Amino acid sequence: MLAYIVRRLLQSVLVLLAVAFIAFSLFTFVGDPVNNMVGVEATDAEREWARKSLGLDDPFPVQFARFVGHAVQGDFGQSFRLSIPVETAIGARLPATLELVFVAAVLALAIGVPLGVYTGLHRDGAISRILLTASLVGISLPTFLIGIILILIFSVWLGWLPSFGRGATVDLWGWESNLVSWEGFKSIILPSVTLCLFQLTLLMRLVRAEMLEVLRTDYVKFARARGLTNRAVNFGHALKNTLVPVITITGLQIGSLIAFAIITETVFQWPGMGLLFLQAIQFVDIPIMAAYLCLVAFIFVVINLFVDLLYYAIDPRLRLDGSGHAH
Amino acid sequence: MNKKILSVILMLLAFVVGVAAEAKTFRYSTSGDILGLDPYTNNEGPTNTMKNNFYEGLIHRSYDLSLHPALATDWKQTSPTTWRFNLRKGVKFHNGNAFTADDVLISFDRIREPASNMTFVVASIEKIVKIDDHTIDIVTKQPDPTLLLNMPNFWIMDKEWLEANNAFGIQEGATVSTFANLNVNGTGPFMLEEWVADTRTVLVPNPNWWDTPQHNLTKAIFQPIGNASTRVAALLSGEIDLMYPVPLQDIARLDNTPGVTALQGPELRTIFLGFDQHRKELMDMPGSGKNPFLDVRVRKAFYQAIDIEAIHRVVMRKASKPTGLMIAEGINGFQPDMNTRFPYDPAASRKLLADAGYAQGFSVTFDCPNDRYVNDEAICLAIVPMLKRIGIDAKLNAQTKSLHFEKIGRTKDYNTSFFMLGWTPGSYDAHNPLVQLMSLDGEGQGTWNSGRYTNPRVEELTDLIGGETDVDKRNAMIREAFKIHQDDVGHIPLHQQALAWGIGAKVKEVKQRPHNDVDLRYVTMK
Repeated sequence: MLAYIVRRLLQSVLVLLAVAFIAFSLFTFVGDPVNNMVGVEATDAEREWARKSLGLDDPFPVQFARFVGHAVQGDFGQSFRLSIPVETAIGARLPATLELVFVAAVLALAIGVPLGVYTGLHRDGAISRILLTASLVGISLPTFLIGIILILIFSVWLGWLPSFGRGATVDLWGWESNLVSWEGFKSIILPSVTLCLFQLTLLMRLVRAEMLEVLRTDYVKFARARGLTNRAVNFGHALKNTLVPVITITGLQIGSLIAFAIITETVFQWPGMGLLFLQAIQFVDIPIMAAYLCLVAFIFVVINLFVDLLYYAIDPRLRLDGSGHAH
Repeated sequence: MNKKILSVILMLLAFVVGVAAEAKTFRYSTSGDILGLDPYTNNEGPTNTMKNNFYEGLIHRSYDLSLHPALATDWKQTSPTTWRFNLRKGVKFHNGNAFTADDVLISFDRIREPASNMTFVVASIEKIVKIDDHTIDIVTKQPDPTLLLNMPNFWIMDKEWLEANNAFGIQEGATVSTFANLNVNGTGPFMLEEWVADTRTVLVPNPNWWDTPQHNLTKAIFQPIGNASTRVAALLSGEIDLMYPVPLQDIARLDNTPGVTALQGPELRTIFLGFDQHRKELMDMPGSGKNPFLDVRVRKAFYQAIDIEAIHRVVMRKASKPTGLMIAEGINGFQPDMNTRFPYDPAASRKLLADAGYAQGFSVTFDCPNDRYVNDEAICLAIVPMLKRIGIDAKLNAQTKSLHFEKIGRTKDYNTSFFMLGWTPGSYDAHNPLVQLMSLDGEGQGTWNSGRYTNPRVEELTDLIGGETDVDKRNAMIREAFKIHQDDVGHIPLHQQALAWGIGAKVKEVKQRPHNDVDLRYVTMK
């Protein structure tokens, strides 16, 4: 088991190197950062000086090697736009994104799974049909449109919730949190609802499909024949057996929640990593872009590893196979 | 008994009045955050504006572009190259240090550090001599008619503060974090309370400011909001009191919302088109050995093919001011009587093209930014069919600003044949666009002259204008240079775009500066 984890982590280093390489080779196409930094009045000599002091004159392999060399020592350089170290910049944004993704994931699971079970059990009910139709909206409307519509309704018309920013955060030992006060929580509602909608509908449809599948199986019929309660059959036997694909998808979706957060964060001016990344692209802030892409790749690798390990916990067959091989 | 009631009522009133006086928090927003706080790095409009709330120069430029004494009380010219400035006494920096001539001297040294991006404002100054603690002489290399125009952006820093914090050296912010870029100590009307990048900048009034404030703010909070729709929504919901720019399509909507107004005015920036007048062969016509733009008839044909009124009416929704000059009204050297365009006349254009030997037209790549100016890509999209009408096949290449400016700039060797650019003269004087856009033969000249336009007489006049202190003679030379440039069709000026600010119900008055930025000195709340 330990060897497996170590092997996976080693593979992740290769993944990170590959991502960094691809990212760096793309940076030659994003434009010239110097112009954004020095202003229009700078002379050619000043531009030259800036380019040199940033090392932008060096050929691509040199720039890449320098980045990797510094990165392995934990130094990702200095943000061109913010003039602070990249680690500080990303560190300041990480809590915002993680809280947003956390709330969105909890909402998606807490609403999506029960709705999926419900629509699976009552496949022809009127409510199920309404839910399924509504879920098409969630799956097909683009995130930014949902965000703007929610802002229009809840901020402009009703005036209940703030339209942008994190509002009043509480400092918990260096972690700026929106989750411990109502004032702060008000700010996270609209962005997290916007972000979770796609995942919510996806989970609901997935659980429903799996439930329909499982409910047809012999062991569920047998459980009913044994006279078990509906609750025990539906949740204890049926739902439990739908969980493997659900967990896979949820895990992968947490990765894409972080990726989708770029759009949500932009719409709501949510000061997280996604917004930071988007502004970095506009400004050609190469150090931030490089570090962000590596970090997201790392998060994906870790989540995948975690999901693989969860299979062991949920599916006893995997554990049996595993011990079988050990003989 | 009555007295007691009265006093209670008075106390309550005082409390109410006190609360009312407290609640003058002004929240405003634009699309991007400031880039830093060091007054000599990041020469960028919104960043400069923010620094201008904290720091002051010897001279202050008011919202109407007029110059007023600030850290200097008065000044006079004592020889063609020497100016005597009397400094204001009793001025204190935010940390309580007194302002003296030494602060000006060290600021002058610091602004000329290699990593400074503001060197251009003191480029003409040879040295600054301290006469006594409150008197200095500024000596220029040659007679400089624009010295005073540049002074408002020469922000003065505190010598003791720089030395105590080891902050003299300027580092390009991107290579290392510096104290002066994250902290503020000026003499200006506002002090920095907090800067959280991309989230908020909080300012409080400087209680010891030497001048009587015109504003009535107790706090100002700047919150960047990147998404234009969100910014409009935040204004409509009352979460912010002012925001800019308002997307043109939302102006009517704001005006129709009770309590919210859209404030419009002309901006100083001139949007124009330029052509490659340098290469012997047009990049889009390889092997032909010909560059049509070398012929003034072709350039004029392009000019007369553009229906600027249609662009004004349809693309800009009337939020633009068509122009025939490369500088806007308000810039020193603007010539009202010369602000005329060649008439829109496609028939004349076709004839000009035929005379030049291009009756069949030709095709050319049209480089355009899509996120820099108001409706920039839409303007270019409108121009493409206008050119099609005279037989020119313009292939639009619209891209993000960092790619656009890289392509048309020096790093890619001005890799463009036909392009759009906008320009606001940093010195508020005609000499600046002459140097930057319309000439190229001297040191530091023609940085954004991407089409490499050059005319011997304009080059000569540009140098002369830089050193002529006689106002009338200088103006005559500016007129001559502009006339030649117009006859040469060195560029096609299009328009000044309009500023559009959205203003909320709690704001009593703001002064809209044509720089398109908010000077907190002139904000009053209800």
